[in-house]
Amino acid sequence: MPASFPDLYFPVLLQVVIAFAVATGLVAMAFLVGKRVRGKVKEMPYECGIPPTGSARERFSVKFYLVAMVFILFDIEAIFLYPWAVVYRELKLFAFVEMFVFIALILAGFFYIWKKGVLNWSREEPEVVTERRYPDAV
Amino acid sequence: MSLYYTASDHFVLLPAILLALFGCAVLLFDLTALGSPRQRLWLPGLALSGLGFTAVALLRQHMLVAAQGVEISAFRGAMAVDRFALAFNWIFLVAAVLVVLFSYRHLRREGGPDHAGEYLGLVLLAHCGMFFLATSLDLVTLFIGLELMAVCFYVLVGFARDRRSSEAAIKYLLLGAFSSAFLLYGFSLLYGLAGSTRLKDIADAVANQGPGDPVVLLAVVTSAAGALFKVAAVPFHAWAPDAYEGAPTPVTAYLAVGSTAASFAFLARLFVTPLADAREIWDPLLAVIAVATLTIGNLAAVTQSNVKRLLAYSSIGHAGYVLLGLVAGNNTGLNGVAVYLLTYAPMTAGAFLIVAAMRRTARPAAAPLEAVTAAPVAASPRGRSGATVMEAQPELSSPRLEERASADDAVAATAEPAEDVDDFNGLMHRRPGYAIWMLIFLMSLAGIPPTAGFLGKYYIFLSLIEAGRYVLAVIATLYVAVALYYYFRIVRAMFAGEPDPPVGVAENWGTKVALTAAGVLTVGIGLYPEPFLRLVQIAGMR
Repeated sequence: MPASFPDLYFPVLLQVVIAFAVATGLVAMAFLVGKRVRGKVKEMPYECGIPPTGSARERFSVKFYLVAMVFILFDIEAIFLYPWAVVYRELKLFAFVEMFVFIALILAGFFYIWKKGVLNWSREEPEVVTERRYPDAV
Repeated sequence: MSLYYTASDHFVLLPAILLALFGCAVLLFDLTALGSPRQRLWLPGLALSGLGFTAVALLRQHMLVAAQGVEISAFRGAMAVDRFALAFNWIFLVAAVLVVLFSYRHLRREGGPDHAGEYLGLVLLAHCGMFFLATSLDLVTLFIGLELMAVCFYVLVGFARDRRSSEAAIKYLLLGAFSSAFLLYGFSLLYGLAGSTRLKDIADAVANQGPGDPVVLLAVVTSAAGALFKVAAVPFHAWAPDAYEGAPTPVTAYLAVGSTAASFAFLARLFVTPLADAREIWDPLLAVIAVATLTIGNLAAVTQSNVKRLLAYSSIGHAGYVLLGLVAGNNTGLNGVAVYLLTYAPMTAGAFLIVAAMRRTARPAAAPLEAVTAAPVAASPRGRSGATVMEAQPELSSPRLEERASADDAVAATAEPAEDVDDFNGLMHRRPGYAIWMLIFLMSLAGIPPTAGFLGKYYIFLSLIEAGRYVLAVIATLYVAVALYYYFRIVRAMFAGEPDPPVGVAENWGTKVALTAAGVLTVGIGLYPEPFLRLVQIAGMR
């Protein structure tokens, strides 16, 4: 191990201290120097300018979660395109083939959710897709 | 191009590529297939042929490694096929083939009427993760392999989608995520020590640092905790009985065999190569954990009335024996780990598969009760995706499927699994074939000589004695007697119990082939062990 731990990690510690100082300092400044207005309207939760109604803790349709999940999956996969684009010139054909394989796998996933009816917002039950596959089972 | 992906890279990776390819293919073809009932035949067929191609790829690797006597390294040392990887990959393959064969029509009763594509796809993808666990020499690939396997199993455990199965899945998921966090923490410390994720570099760094270093200690303890969770060693075993009981039984078999073997491969890779020089830290730690695992596993199994829970606790006990092989640490011990897991695969899978085949038959007295439970389901349009018991109801009224033909399939149609020790009462009088297979599996699990289980235990005890760990050897031997007691509770029920319970056996050719294969392996390894022992000679690896 080179040098010693304190030497190596002192800058990190310093950064943590500075970060804390800046954050607490700004909040404290706002608290001490800033002007405060109190009022019923001011203390209402802000919801894009619309008067809030009811609690935020409601049950959401599972469709929202499905879409959110699928969005995050594809979003994260899209992130891999950035480093790929950066090193593309360097890797040449290899990068091209790799990305081809990668996209093919993503498309396989896309095909899967499409067929499963995840993207079909208005249908009542996505499971209906599976129903027709065993016509003689019932 | 050759700079980044060489021929040897491809050669090493080929089994994983095949598994992933066939896994995705099964998943997608299930959606595109025309709605003919025949597709139920060809989906498992496709999965099996994928496993067949994987076997061919593994065989080619095996022949090359055997011919040259060296490992085939790939991806600049991130993966390598050596005897260790091959031995474990054969074990995974046995587990996967047995499970696919067995699930071949059981899917419709265990996992619900559809989702065969997802089920088989997940089985293959989990196998792909196991491949990486046995073959990787790099923390990142190891972790990805572990997660690939674990995520597939989270879904598979909850596959029945009834209350028990969902509960098991959520417990397994939460505790599994927790343990992964531990593992990653340990990995990050190891990376901090070595500045590299390669196991070889970490080994050098740990050797330089010396075992007394607190960072090494912390890294060993946290990564060990994460890995020990996966093999259900004692302080981290709590998930196992619930997950094993709640999961559809073929999945339980796969979990008990495949996941455990892969996690032991991972554990052995981690402890034998990079942490070898920190041995004085982990040796007492592992010894204590092994004894605790033996104790809790074997003693808790004694009082279980549910066979799946009993086998779950007993497999915790078996994990204790395998850990003792690592504790002994000599060549016999390392070989013992592989031999034990090889023998453990067919006997455990076989025992669980027999439990999976046992079904409650509709008792006349119980019929009104069942009608009551079924009535609201029939009215609800979502009944088909409900619990397994309910799914079976419409099937009863359909004589068209060829499966309805035999009396045993009427048994299957009630779909309620029979998992209690009492359900085995008098099985010998009703289905002697199944009772005798079960007897062989249980004898093997208990470690009685002509069967395979004896061989694994023999190696472990031998390694302990060679290493001079007599106390551990004596403790391990004592628990064999305890194990004998609870395994023979089932045997007594089968042979001496009154043939009273309304239980039948749901069978088809997939069941029979899988059980015969498991049984022949269990007896075969016990009677003629040489070729199998040569297959899993892993000691002498770096």
